[in-house]
Amino acid sequence: MGIAAEAIKDFKGFNLKNMPEVEPLSSGHRACQGCGEILALRQAMKALGTNVVVCSATGCMEIVTSPFPQTAWNVPWIHVAFENTSAVVSGVEAAYKAMNRKGKINQPDVTFLAYGGDGSTADIGIQALSGALERGHNFIYICLDNEAYMNTGIQRSSSTPWGASTTTSPAGKYSKGQSTWKKNMPAIAVAHEIPYVATASPAYPVDLMNKVKKASMIPGPAYLHFYSPCPTGWRCGGDESVAVARLAVQSKVFPLYEVIDGQYVLSRKVAKPKPISEYFKMQRRFRHLTETDVQMIQERIDAEYAELLKKCGVEA
Amino acid sequence: MAKETGIMSWKELELGNSITRPGNAGELKTGDWRSMRPVTDYEKCTKCGQCYIFCPDMVYKKNAEGYYEQNYYYCKGCGICAHECPVSCIAMVQEGD
Repeated sequence: MGIAAEAIKDFKGFNLKNMPEVEPLSSGHRACQGCGEILALRQAMKALGTNVVVCSATGCMEIVTSPFPQTAWNVPWIHVAFENTSAVVSGVEAAYKAMNRKGKINQPDVTFLAYGGDGSTADIGIQALSGALERGHNFIYICLDNEAYMNTGIQRSSSTPWGASTTTSPAGKYSKGQSTWKKNMPAIAVAHEIPYVATASPAYPVDLMNKVKKASMIPGPAYLHFYSPCPTGWRCGGDESVAVARLAVQSKVFPLYEVIDGQYVLSRKVAKPKPISEYFKMQRRFRHLTETDVQMIQERIDAEYAELLKKCGVEA
Repeated sequence: MAKETGIMSWKELELGNSITRPGNAGELKTGDWRSMRPVTDYEKCTKCGQCYIFCPDMVYKKNAEGYYEQNYYYCKGCGICAHECPVSCIAMVQEGD
């Protein structure tokens, strides 16, 4: 048994009937109506509780929670630049470790959390993240993936899927929107051979909270990839953001899985997958795609999902 | 300090511009962003807690009887609760009616 499997073997899990009541993130933050990103972060913080130090990259979640002179955080929180979130959380973790060793403080069970959007994870902060994962600091990194730089006005990132229209990859006469495929960030984290990697969606809150709690119990780094719908940037209704997140899982666009000690485990097998066109229909960023484009994307999604099933050892 | 808007003069700031109370965004009234208001029909409610866990603004709170009640001071009126309720007991009502 690996170190991760050993650490989580007695974990019972949360359920909807007795959710922890603690809210480390307070109401009154300035996120848009129906924000899926703050919803994912809220659920994650609920699972972690208050014995936590949070490092935040620049991005929506930093802007909406901390406009001066107010803060929505009830726990220690530091905002740093896009590039160095993981470097700062490494330093915080190392400082706590050293101070515990020297007897200056006695707080051995603090959780260290760093989070950033997809831009700060997959584009700008990837080298600091890679370094922190490689050094094996005991922290959790959460990527809140809303598939573009939403905070500055919907610019494309390397996490934007093929065909999505953004302000820097606009759809038009000579363009079909984003021309490259989504970067597989969880696979990059798995390649660091860290104990725990998982993907989660706020449409499945118990699953998401269980994964966050497991990540906090495991010694060593953990990487979590959260699918975070953005009604403003994706051009869907604010009330539909959870429905879009659910549909993304059901149409195999965003499969939920964990990687424990390098072993892939499927969290939720999609028995009757929905066609990807149903997922596209809810969002205006995909409105320009033709039947052939959708067919091509469907084939690629199917192939990726089949490959994932093979890695998990599940029969299709 | 105007607590509901968070706007304050520099004379009211603490030394070093520090924020002395954690979570003081809780004073901000985000409820006035709303144009539609969620109203729960407690006859139909099954206390499943979906509205509570899917609310991005932590509006819902369990009362003594186990029902989830809205705090309209924070509700931005996004409508996720009404959309996700499995028994459709939450209705979105026009504000001001």
